[in-house]
Amino acid sequence: MNQLQRLELSLGQVSHPDFEIGDTVRVRVRVVETKAATKKKDKEEEKERIQVFEGVVIARRGRKGAENFTVRKISFGVGVERIYPLHSPNVAGIEVMKKGKVRRAKLYYLRDKKGKAAKIAERDFSRTSKAAAAVTTKDEAAFEETGASEASE
Amino acid sequence: MIQGLVGKKLGMLEVYDEDRTLTPVTMIEAGPCGVVQVKTNETDGYSRVQIGFQSTSKGKLCKPELGHLKKAGEEYWRHLAEFSSKGSLEPGQQIKADIFSKGDSVSVQAISKGKGFQGVIKRHHFAGGPASHGSMFHRAPGSLGQSSFPSRVFKNKKLPGHMGHRRITVKGLSIVDVRVEENILLVSGSVPGPVGGMVVIKKVE
Repeated sequence: MNQLQRLELSLGQVSHPDFEIGDTVRVRVRVVETKAATKKKDKEEEKERIQVFEGVVIARRGRKGAENFTVRKISFGVGVERIYPLHSPNVAGIEVMKKGKVRRAKLYYLRDKKGKAAKIAERDFSRTSKAAAAVTTKDEAAFEETGASEASE
Repeated sequence: MIQGLVGKKLGMLEVYDEDRTLTPVTMIEAGPCGVVQVKTNETDGYSRVQIGFQSTSKGKLCKPELGHLKKAGEEYWRHLAEFSSKGSLEPGQQIKADIFSKGDSVSVQAISKGKGFQGVIKRHHFAGGPASHGSMFHRAPGSLGQSSFPSRVFKNKKLPGHMGHRRITVKGLSIVDVRVEENILLVSGSVPGPVGGMVVIKKVE
């Protein structure tokens, strides 16, 4: 099995920033749009663009190398959930916007909640131990790198 | 060039193509194999090349096996298999995974996982009866045939029995990637047998 893991690592999978359940993330997805031919001479046009989906990570599942994560957001009053394969080339990037404070590995209970009840508290390390505080500063540095300035607490 | 190789199933993983579609692949440690014997029409009545896979220690083999392997050199192989070949090969020659290339069509043969003695629902996909509402027919095979004529059960009637642990060939698979220096083949789809089991990979023209 070691050999399997080694190969998985060598497959050149894109590395994304660490994110956890309850975090608010911005997923940049590659979308290919096909424009139908208007005239007979014209060919079908394929255009690629990046679509952004921002929401709360409510689940991560699968083993290393074949992992999925579910992002949930409320769009025009309707709950929308999208599942992305973590290592898919279609996922162009993931930005962590906010760290969430949750006590579950799967946040499926959010589906039954509305408004304020569906809000996740932001994780705040300032009142806990020094070790945790060190983690926060490190995280903040990482946020600045990804260009998410508003995420700093 | 030889038309197949013997390998060891290492497990499954996911691979993305250039067009970003996901392919499930099985990773096989294929070779290095050594040619043990070249069988020809004149001497054996048919033309095949026998190769060995997975070196083992001398003590693990019996005397007739050792005598057979001695003709090809001082290597001790755990598994032997025969393949057809285009072009001549010599005993003692080493064969690596590079006989395959990306996109080749292959068939894979292996012993499937044993399931033991199983009933007709698992073994033959019978529907079974209702679980409740006074039903007294649950997972039994049901009627085996008619009475006075034919007065016997037809051959090949689907009945409970031993399932799995038989030789299965999966056709129509393709080679997704070849890593010669690691002796690794990535074959599209799934392959019979447990992880660590021996598989035979044959080229399909």
